[in-house]
Amino acid sequence: MTDAPRRTPLDALHRSLGAVMTDFAGWEMPLRYGSERDEHTAVRTRAGLFDLSHMGEITVTGPQAGQALNHALVGSLAALAPGRARYTMICAESGGILDDLIVYRLAEDRYLVVANAANAQVVLDALTERAAGFDATVTDDRENYALIAVQGPESASILAGLTDADLAGLRYYAGLPGTVAGVPALIARTGYTGEDGFELFTAPGDAERLWRALTEAGREAGLTPCGLSCRDTLRLEAGMPLYGHELSTALTPFDAGLGRVVKFDKAAAGGTDRADTATTPGTPVDFVGREALEAAAARAAEAPPRKLAGLVAEGRRVPRAGYAVVDAGSGAVIGEVTSGAPSPTLGRPIAMAYVDPAYAAPGTPGVAVDIRGSHEPYEVVALPFYRRER
Amino acid sequence: MSNPQQLRYSKEHEWLSAAEEGVSTVGITAHAAEALGDVVYVQLPEVGATVTAGEPCGELESTKSVSDLYAPVSGEITEVNQDVVDDPALVNSAPYEGGWLFKVRTDDSAGEPELLSADEYAAFAGG
Repeated sequence: MTDAPRRTPLDALHRSLGAVMTDFAGWEMPLRYGSERDEHTAVRTRAGLFDLSHMGEITVTGPQAGQALNHALVGSLAALAPGRARYTMICAESGGILDDLIVYRLAEDRYLVVANAANAQVVLDALTERAAGFDATVTDDRENYALIAVQGPESASILAGLTDADLAGLRYYAGLPGTVAGVPALIARTGYTGEDGFELFTAPGDAERLWRALTEAGREAGLTPCGLSCRDTLRLEAGMPLYGHELSTALTPFDAGLGRVVKFDKAAAGGTDRADTATTPGTPVDFVGREALEAAAARAAEAPPRKLAGLVAEGRRVPRAGYAVVDAGSGAVIGEVTSGAPSPTLGRPIAMAYVDPAYAAPGTPGVAVDIRGSHEPYEVVALPFYRRER
Repeated sequence: MSNPQQLRYSKEHEWLSAAEEGVSTVGITAHAAEALGDVVYVQLPEVGATVTAGEPCGELESTKSVSDLYAPVSGEITEVNQDVVDDPALVNSAPYEGGWLFKVRTDDSAGEPELLSADEYAAFAGG
């Protein structure tokens, strides 16, 4: 790749705020503006403002849009009610995870698929190919959206001052079109931080106006601009997987402990009456990867693969992705760290790691991480590390 | 943040104070602290250990990365900053003061170390 990094519509604004920028999936994104620990704490206790315009938006429209997505993805999207969103995955024929996605059903015949920046082209290509036999159109909308997230316990009250939308009626994993600060936006109650929060999809030309209005409205509540560094520690504390770390083409959803996203029994029209369905409503549909995933599910049930576990340090040295998890007694390698960071909330380093099932139960003694040659003791805990009080 | 004029600097982004009775204080520069982000763990050499100019003698961990700490001069460690071990954030908040890392009795037989003035370091580190 020799392409110059891409910049979001808020690039100049980030630089004026003194952001430390980083190259992320071909984009120059804010890593942090000041202290990443302060940004993390702001989201946990007040609210944080994120530019996520690198995310890849793909629109699927048409009378068979839902069926096309049922065929292309592992989830049951035809059954999704308009106005709701779902976490799902797109897999290869082999069952390997190509990406994890959030899919919003914006209307009966209109879906918005949000892919990770690094995988957006792969997802776009796969969706285009897989939708070919359906009366559905797949559109690359990456250039048509900016994405701004407001996350944290104060986010609803901050947003409420800028919109007439019914935020109280907007449930977690729901989205509705509205106007925020005079700017048209899809208002979604989703996020990647473990806190209540909103993601606002808007036109690139409106992004700066929206960001500035949110900054102003959130000043008193302590809204803080936040970079990708704290986004990573926030999602890690919340036990949320990140593609390229916990998820990859080498793993099926069952290997990642996320077999629940695979809906083998999804029906063509999800039980709703539709005159235009190509198959009989109620009949399970075929989808890309079904055969391999059925085998993966059976394998996971008989001989569980390595399990994703939470690790909390007893000391202060930080585990990083790729470090070996070892049996503290024998030194034998029993797993591998996929993500690790100092946890601002716990005050100790934490990690997610794939470990042999015999070591995966919370409280399993004698587990250590090989940190550059030194075996540091770690406690095995249940995920997530952090769960907000509701 | 400007780099204090009275200090000398290494290309590995450490600073070294003028020796008092043969002992100099060592820390990392504000530029390095800013580049690292929040420092969460500091591993320092033991008191009494011998360090060699340009060689790793400890490590600094931040949220995103781990970096070697290099000795700017050769010599014997006479003291380490226990405050910064207990509260690594001092490296970020006061890199030239409370965030100092260790004191070293410089070994003059090792020759004159290659260190930069404040202005030379500022130019090296990109201003």
